[in-house]
Amino acid sequence: MLARAGAGGRSWLLLALALVLAAPVLVVAGSWLAGPSPNWPHLRATVLPGYVWMSLLLALGTGLGTLVIGVGSAWAMARLRFPGHRLLEWALLLPLACPAYLIAYTWTGLLASEGALQQALSVPLPDIRGPAGAVAMFTLVLYPYVYLMARAAFIGQAALAQEVARTLGAGPWRRFFRVALPLARPAIVAGLALVLMETLADYGTVAYFGVPTLSTGIYRTWFGLGDRLAAAQLAGVLLLAMVVLLWLERHARQQRRIAGNGEPAPPRTLARGPGSLLAALLWLPILLGFILPMLQLLLWSLPRWRDLLAPDFLALLGTSLLIAGATAIAATTLGLLLIWARRLRADRPRRAAARLAGFGYAVPGTVLAVGVVMVLATVDRGLNDGLAALGLPTPGLLFSGTLFAVIFACTVRFLTIPVQGLDAGLQNLSPNLDSAARSLGARPAALLRRVHLPLLRVPLATSALLVFVDTLKELPAALVLRPFNTNTLAVRAFELASDEQLADAALPALAILLAGVAPVVLLTRSMRVPHAPSG
Amino acid sequence: MRRLGLLVALLTATLITTGCGTQTDEVNVYSARKEALIKPLLDRFSEQTGITVNLITGSADALVERLKAEGEHSPADLLITVDAGRLYRAQQEGLLATTSSDELDRQVPSALREPEGRWFGLSVRGRVIVYAPDRVDPANLSTYEALADPQWAGRICIRSSDNIYNQSLVASLIAHDGEPATRQWAEGLVANMARDPVGGDRDQIKAVAAGDCDLAVVNTYYLGMMQADQDAETRDIAHRVRVFWPNQDGRGIHINISGAGITANAPNPDNAQKLLEFLVSDESQRWYAETNHEYPVRPGVATSELLQSWGDFKQDDLPLVKLGELNADAVKVMDQAGWK
Repeated sequence: MLARAGAGGRSWLLLALALVLAAPVLVVAGSWLAGPSPNWPHLRATVLPGYVWMSLLLALGTGLGTLVIGVGSAWAMARLRFPGHRLLEWALLLPLACPAYLIAYTWTGLLASEGALQQALSVPLPDIRGPAGAVAMFTLVLYPYVYLMARAAFIGQAALAQEVARTLGAGPWRRFFRVALPLARPAIVAGLALVLMETLADYGTVAYFGVPTLSTGIYRTWFGLGDRLAAAQLAGVLLLAMVVLLWLERHARQQRRIAGNGEPAPPRTLARGPGSLLAALLWLPILLGFILPMLQLLLWSLPRWRDLLAPDFLALLGTSLLIAGATAIAATTLGLLLIWARRLRADRPRRAAARLAGFGYAVPGTVLAVGVVMVLATVDRGLNDGLAALGLPTPGLLFSGTLFAVIFACTVRFLTIPVQGLDAGLQNLSPNLDSAARSLGARPAALLRRVHLPLLRVPLATSALLVFVDTLKELPAALVLRPFNTNTLAVRAFELASDEQLADAALPALAILLAGVAPVVLLTRSMRVPHAPSG
Repeated sequence: MRRLGLLVALLTATLITTGCGTQTDEVNVYSARKEALIKPLLDRFSEQTGITVNLITGSADALVERLKAEGEHSPADLLITVDAGRLYRAQQEGLLATTSSDELDRQVPSALREPEGRWFGLSVRGRVIVYAPDRVDPANLSTYEALADPQWAGRICIRSSDNIYNQSLVASLIAHDGEPATRQWAEGLVANMARDPVGGDRDQIKAVAAGDCDLAVVNTYYLGMMQADQDAETRDIAHRVRVFWPNQDGRGIHINISGAGITANAPNPDNAQKLLEFLVSDESQRWYAETNHEYPVRPGVATSELLQSWGDFKQDDLPLVKLGELNADAVKVMDQAGWK
């Protein structure tokens, strides 16, 4: 009886923790309660329909683009063997290291009339700055999310399903569309949800390309119109889109069960000709999303290579890695805590806690960062006022403007990645496993340590590495919240790039890309680990 | 669980190392001026005075929000922005203190500072017209207002109305011509655009050089930076356009400032004032011209050779506070005109 009460109490503690993590978003979005802003009619009559329409268009285009590239490459990599297969396994993830705003600046430079490509080809190249170009940029850097999820699903698919379809007379295309694809759908939708959320929340790319979206609209309304209420309400619209996406994702996941049974299908080896052709095709997104931009950055930074030796460059790198590492650990640990606690006991507060934890991904980074500033400063002020009331000395700001604030913000922002990843991973483990362990006398801590953690190695590593790479690229949080005299690579690159000093921005940008490569390679290795047994 | 312990230890460590600033002779700066464009000056100040300068750079909007949230405990002494509108907003939020300094009052012309001394201009940036000399006869150019003239249909490049410099320009037009006339003007300008707004000011200059449009509205220092670029190609592009100073028979060109104000809760207001005074000193003022091709706020300071090559101009003496007051109206006017 006592133990039950304890578990219930812990449920509320978990909910409180989730509320703290969601607080920066909630303080911003909560302004809906204040009623519509007086500027709302003006917005609705002028810019709002355009924002919504453009955001939908970008989401649709990017969704389609990442599906085609992500699912196509995942299927080829999972089911076929051809020359260069091993190299492609990790190369296909490389564009993940490239922030969308950076690739947007780089491609603009590449295609500019004075740029290297134009000079080399001596044909007029299209201007990518516009909605179509934005879709292209997002697709190039975001397809790895879909690829990552879909590939794991395709590998896990049983040979039996394919065999049955074959004996029933289904050709390869039909087998792909009627068997493989539906079975992998939950995983694909999970990847797609991440893609769409990143697309909707992006600011840097669309601002540079002059594409008015909900995200740029929030900035303009808040800072140009000076109307925080209306801006927060626009952010609420984005949040709503996020809720819908999460619901879709959850819904899709509930339909998976059958996929994992039986022996995985053996991959088919392609003949040399078609195999090389396929390999070339698969290199295309890597060429466009990583290699060409990297070469352009290299070209720009060559005359400035001496900056590498500057002591402050090492400091930049160090701070970036520290923030990314701490965020990866914090987000993965908290994600595991919330998801695992819900598996132990799926009561209402614990379910709510797991659901609340993903909201940070839905709003543009600066909005979230300002939310964090407001929350942490309120806590600091409360602490100081409290201590002052007790007649004690006041410590000043303990949380605001520290690395803790930056790491907290990044954790809030990327928590959804481990939450989604570990949720999917735990669902693949049969509840019978838990019952067996418990009946053998394992307490929850032992269950976690000896059963769940080893079986969750793949999703844990994947989540942590994804958060690491994402944090490395993350800019607004570090920009607003960081302590005095502290910079990161992303801050340096963005400051220079946004002032259109692309050449000066190239070196830190290149460093972001290269620092992202190591975790991407690790990511591939972690995926090679044989899959956890399932249901 | 071990991982959790590690995390807690790590976070505590970062808290301890970064949370407590030491109380030496220092001044804390929140700057919307990018690091590369302010740090060298701050270093020079430290050298001369022995006062340590701690710096955070970021977008002005976010820094103002941070200042506001931190309230009386904020460590910031000085807020530096690159436009008057944001200083005005900080002022409206009660975040800036009044400063009385004979030195600052003497060096900074009254239109370029807040009357009570809440903020002071540090450098002047003009928003002007650049044109392609082979396709535009400068005799046909006159004022900002005339950019709405049908003769420029499909020939003008200008960046997005999200940009603060365009918002300030439109605010100045509202101040001079009134809102209805400015709305009509904005509609005319949108009709004359060669393309949907895209990119930054440098991109507009490049577009004129490349022949995508014949005119562009840009800040002067972007052109200056391009004309002085390391890269020969960029210099060449920048020399293919010419500067036109609009409204010379009237009020003069629209200007904005980079400026700074001492914060309401500054822990080191005296040092902040010393820094402000240093930033308007002869030496600093010349630095803005040489490094970022901006104009000094102080009359009589020699500018760079490059700036002199563009010739002299008359500038609007509209009090810059107006730009802040009218910013929201400007955004609405641009929304209504369909200026993306």
